[in-house]
Amino acid sequence: MTSSTMLPGPVVGPLPDAEPGSRHRRPSGWHLLLIPLSVVMMTPLIWMVITAVSTLEEARRFPPGLPTGIQWSNFVDVWTQSPFGLWLLNTVIVSSVVVVANLVLCSLAGYAFARIRFHGSGIVFVLLLATLMVPFQVVMIPTLLIVKSFGLIDQLGALIVPNLVAVFGIFMMRQFFMALPPELEEAARMDGASRLGVFTKVLLPLMGPPLATLTILTFLSIWNDFLWPLIVIQSPEHMTLQLGLASLQGSHLTNWPFLMAATLMSQLPLIVLFLLGQRLFVRSIASSGIK
Amino acid sequence: MASTAADTGPEPLAARTRPSVLRRIWWSDHLAGWGFVSPSVLLIGLFGLVPVVWAFVLSFQHNDLTTGGTWVGMANYRQLLQDPMFRHAVRNTLVYTLVFVPVCIFGSLLVAAALNRRVRGITFYRLAVFIPVVTSTVATAIMFNWLLDPDYGMVNGVLAKIGIPAQGFFRDPHEALMSIVAMTVWGWLGFGVIIYLAALQSVPGELLEAAAIDGCSRWRAFWRVEVPLLAPTTLFLVIWLTINALQLFDEIYVTTKGGPVGATTVLVYYLYEQAFMFFHGGYASAIAYVLFLAILVVTVVQLTVGRRLSYQQRRP
Repeated sequence: MTSSTMLPGPVVGPLPDAEPGSRHRRPSGWHLLLIPLSVVMMTPLIWMVITAVSTLEEARRFPPGLPTGIQWSNFVDVWTQSPFGLWLLNTVIVSSVVVVANLVLCSLAGYAFARIRFHGSGIVFVLLLATLMVPFQVVMIPTLLIVKSFGLIDQLGALIVPNLVAVFGIFMMRQFFMALPPELEEAARMDGASRLGVFTKVLLPLMGPPLATLTILTFLSIWNDFLWPLIVIQSPEHMTLQLGLASLQGSHLTNWPFLMAATLMSQLPLIVLFLLGQRLFVRSIASSGIK
Repeated sequence: MASTAADTGPEPLAARTRPSVLRRIWWSDHLAGWGFVSPSVLLIGLFGLVPVVWAFVLSFQHNDLTTGGTWVGMANYRQLLQDPMFRHAVRNTLVYTLVFVPVCIFGSLLVAAALNRRVRGITFYRLAVFIPVVTSTVATAIMFNWLLDPDYGMVNGVLAKIGIPAQGFFRDPHEALMSIVAMTVWGWLGFGVIIYLAALQSVPGELLEAAAIDGCSRWRAFWRVEVPLLAPTTLFLVIWLTINALQLFDEIYVTTKGGPVGATTVLVYYLYEQAFMFFHGGYASAIAYVLFLAILVVTVVQLTVGRRLSYQQRRP
């Protein structure tokens, strides 16, 4: 089921002509559903933006209304009164290291499981797949103890090391390597190229789309991760954005303009990336199951 | 072992007939294979397989996660059966899942059907539905904390305009869980829509044309042609949403912390409290294993029932 949705190919492409034979029509009745729907979907985000540029007094009115001016100081306050910049930096460091590691390790392993016949590959692959069924909550306590024994508690390393490779990524890359025609590498092998040479020079250049998907999915899940950082990180200077945001809520309980400015800034990188690569994001999400 | 023997069997023969070239390739494949997978296998072994076994062992111990644990046999599991708070958490989790999953499925099916046609402003509509998907759970929860704030929240402001008294939402024991449902549906709807849209676009246009020629209305064709064809997608979504609903945590932590008076204490939140606030590592591991088992059973049941239903649908 999942494997069928993971095959390469356009998933959300151009719209098909859904209603054959009826080109000249009055405005679609679907607007009656779509307009209220998009209002409901956009309201939390728009209200966040509006509150982020309000003063504290404007946010403490009932009934609530629009601010009279634009209060940029909330954004400045977030940077000066909380380690927001540090959280952003930590999140960028952790996400980029984890993404790069996953790209390398998942494609290496995916290729080997797809194309190389070696002792024990079958049983090892099944064992790896079996871990996909285990919910994170089962492994999190022992993983915490393991990370602790490495002396990584409350370090960025604790967020990086357990995430260096994901079984889902290996599985996905394997599917894509299996879809490549074997003749490609056979020809190069005949010419005396090594496995690694074939992999890096012949096959990897063809793996652009799955690697992009893997990048997006890994990035999304690490950037937005909360439970694991909550368990292993305590000091504010090692927090990620999500953890920092949650901690701000405790310390700035009712300062909603401040909180909304921080939340808006923490989501802005993802929203901008999404707007730039909507097609790619949507296709990647459709091929997985990751939110 | 058997496969090892089969693999090595023909090798010496090949090596004898043709000098070392084949042997070298044979060796290089095993070395390359293991070389390529060993970093991943070591990491997943350490952080995926070892903890599964370890957690199982922990669930038979009293363990405060700092000193070594003591063996208590089935005591943790027996305690679970008598723990009223655990039963309450199970109940909350089930209620949440039973409301969240159907609402998400019907909602995203309807919205996907609407977005799968040429209407003006489709780009905007799609964006409005998709952006919450990339919004983090923490950001979502903080935004809804503000929207649903009983004193200054926008939703109560709107309700006041139409003459409805202010509601407590997250702070009202009777409304908190359903407010969580509303918030998480907002966050997950776009995901369902993305999956349904992908599937809808593979429905062959000829089928719908044939239905139209036979005098079938667009609405009827949707229910009679497209929805049955979407059955495998629906099954996938039901399973995926259920697994995620049973693991609800982030949104609870940021909004209600399980309150008020336990109204939103779900299974994983209870597990978190036991493990990291009371340091009952063994008891928490037992809860985790119950969750694991529940997810396995629910998934298997859904797969079996789902396959049977979609099989029946194909025969008139």
